[in-house]
Amino acid sequence: MEALELARWQFGITTVYHFIFVPLTLGLSVLVAILQSFYYKTGDIGYKRLTKYFGKLFVIIFTLGIVTGIVQEFQFGMNWSEYSRFVGDIFGIPLAIEALMAFFIESTFLGLWIFGWTRLSKAVHLACIWLVAVASNLSAIWILMANSWMQVPVGYHLVDGRAELTDFIAILMNERLLVQMPHVILGGFITGGMFVIGLSAWMIIRNKQPELFLRSAKIALVFTAVASLLTATTGHDQAQETVHTQPMKMAAMEGLWETEEPASFSMFAIINQEEGVSQREIRLPYMLSVLAHNNLTSEVRGLNELQAEMEEIHGPGDYMPPVAIVYWSFRIMVGLGVLFIIVSFYGLWLWWREKLQNHTIFLKTTMVMMFLTFVANTAGWIVAEMGRQPWVVYELLLTADGVSASVFESSIWISMTAFTLLYGILAVAAFYLVWYYGKQGAPEEQEGKETNLHTY
Amino acid sequence: MDLQTFWLILIAVLFIGYFFLEGFDFGVGILMPFVSKDEVDRRITLNTIGPFWDANEVWLITAGGAMFAAFPHWYATLFSGFYLPLLLILLALIVRAVGFEFRSKMKEQWWRKTADYFIFWGSALPAFLWGVALTNIVMGLPIGDDMNFIGSLGLLLNPFAILGGLASLVMFTLHGAIFLSLRTTDELKDRVERIAKIMWVPAGVVLLSFALLGYRHTILFEELGLIPGTLPMITIGAFVAVIVFMQINRFGWAFAATGTTIIFGTTVVFQGMFPVVMPSTISTDFHLTVYNASSSDLTLTIMSFVAILFLPIILSYQGWSYWVFRERVTRDAIPRS
Repeated sequence: MEALELARWQFGITTVYHFIFVPLTLGLSVLVAILQSFYYKTGDIGYKRLTKYFGKLFVIIFTLGIVTGIVQEFQFGMNWSEYSRFVGDIFGIPLAIEALMAFFIESTFLGLWIFGWTRLSKAVHLACIWLVAVASNLSAIWILMANSWMQVPVGYHLVDGRAELTDFIAILMNERLLVQMPHVILGGFITGGMFVIGLSAWMIIRNKQPELFLRSAKIALVFTAVASLLTATTGHDQAQETVHTQPMKMAAMEGLWETEEPASFSMFAIINQEEGVSQREIRLPYMLSVLAHNNLTSEVRGLNELQAEMEEIHGPGDYMPPVAIVYWSFRIMVGLGVLFIIVSFYGLWLWWREKLQNHTIFLKTTMVMMFLTFVANTAGWIVAEMGRQPWVVYELLLTADGVSASVFESSIWISMTAFTLLYGILAVAAFYLVWYYGKQGAPEEQEGKETNLHTY
Repeated sequence: MDLQTFWLILIAVLFIGYFFLEGFDFGVGILMPFVSKDEVDRRITLNTIGPFWDANEVWLITAGGAMFAAFPHWYATLFSGFYLPLLLILLALIVRAVGFEFRSKMKEQWWRKTADYFIFWGSALPAFLWGVALTNIVMGLPIGDDMNFIGSLGLLLNPFAILGGLASLVMFTLHGAIFLSLRTTDELKDRVERIAKIMWVPAGVVLLSFALLGYRHTILFEELGLIPGTLPMITIGAFVAVIVFMQINRFGWAFAATGTTIIFGTTVVFQGMFPVVMPSTISTDFHLTVYNASSSDLTLTIMSFVAILFLPIILSYQGWSYWVFRERVTRDAIPRS
């Protein structure tokens, strides 16, 4: 493999791995804060037990999110130095603000929250976890601002082959950011929500403090049901925005080779990119026009036409992303998204009928859902990032031109192997710890006596 | 002062903040196996930095992000040029953080032993490698006309850079020992104080030889002239003050003195090279300076507002967290297992 391919594999592996922990952190931090708020408001010790139970798991997951996040920041410079030179003037701003505004709050107040149970007043201590939750989600906004600019570059001009900032407000208000940010954060809320539901279900099935975990299940069900609906609507917004700003990505998501008017939606296809055809296709007439433009008539442009257009603008080359991967990732994401809506609303219905705690099949289903949220998140990122290929900054910089010029293949082999091995070991350790502490159920708590979340 | 100079100062402040803060928690991680008589001691040692180490590390992340934003070429050249050392630092920081967080989660001996290795090597390796990296920057690197590093790993591991690595290693360890003396009690505190005092002499030898050789062999000499000037003198003075304060049992002041040594020592490097940030050994035309490596004025202006707004807020809440956890960690604070 060449240095470029290796660097891409490494970025893919480390990013997907990092993005297992991030969405979970986004949702779980908010849910732990909500549970603690219930404790603060009602003084009911049960909520404190739940806060500590999920808080302990949250910290395990958060740790892996942090350590894999440092790799991400360093990797731009290490493996993508030409990219860094090209985008630094713009991309660096949200990255630096993310650290100044979010990471400092997260790390400082998480420390205060973990070790401060015995030292801080109840109100201040509650404020600490809320600051962690808000800052985690703030950090998502800034990093997505950086990513949105790679998808839809705005507010720049080119000087000496580099993008320079001309309009900061345009970057803050990037239309991609406005649709992508809520979609990703809400996806994180589903992930956190399903995690709480799934673990609560596990405890209820095992008859371990079932009344207690029924409470967390109910809170998380409401949270997840709302988040899953909104994830779908914001996802729809994002697709409609993509039709205009990245038509090539849209065409790949739909496996649409030729321009259609009105356009049909593909349900199933075996995609052969070399020959530029799809086989055994099942298509629903008009449906893609509805999804893309909210009407029954509009045109949706196909891969071949867009390829020809890009060749005209950017010169000869292959400007199509890997169609089959993008097409199927999109279907996996959407399919799972629909499943999450059905499961969470069915859960609410069972709650209303007061059958939630006895419906073992449903409870077991949520435990499966807990794992599927990660598949959905990963699939979503594959659509966003692979769908942008061969560009790293859409229509401005090719991925191939962004790679570090001075880094040897052998160095990347070393780093990729090291990261993969270490990440693999950490995944086993983290999974084991979540299982171990998850299995134990909520810790005992005494009235009026505080202990810290943990001691090193 | 122009924006580029202002941003060099800010990035220097972020790196100085990082070396000052993570410096002592590296030291604590390095000393943990040597100052502890039993498992309780080990846990006390770790808990002295329990609430702090993560926020200390954010200074590095912020320095990296700020460098990316303000001086993209500096960031790109440095990070791609130091690929393997940075890889080692990353791996070390990962296992170290995991060691801290996961250690007490299981009672099994092998688990805790593994975590101890993670914490020790995860602290010692970066403490050493930051010195190696900084020394190499000051010495100059083969940087070509396209701003890219054209050298090999062997070049980075030259004897002088290794001496630089030892210098940062001993300095952080001493800084950490004195920090520990402020956060522990009884026998453990006595042991740590003794180690700090004994360490001072070899640390002084390493630092002095590094300073003299560095002064003679790097760009700093051309910039500073024969008489080193105020900043290097303060650095040396502060280091001498460390042993004086320790001898009269003022460990709080001694900590301020190791801190001052780190702050001014790092400042000498940044200030001594100015306006160069990465000297090229191929040609002075290929030096990376704050001017040819920087972002646009608009970007620097926006970033200035953000930094001026947030840095004081960050310092106040981080300071507050040190205030909240000001009590020493005693044996009673460690739950019996």
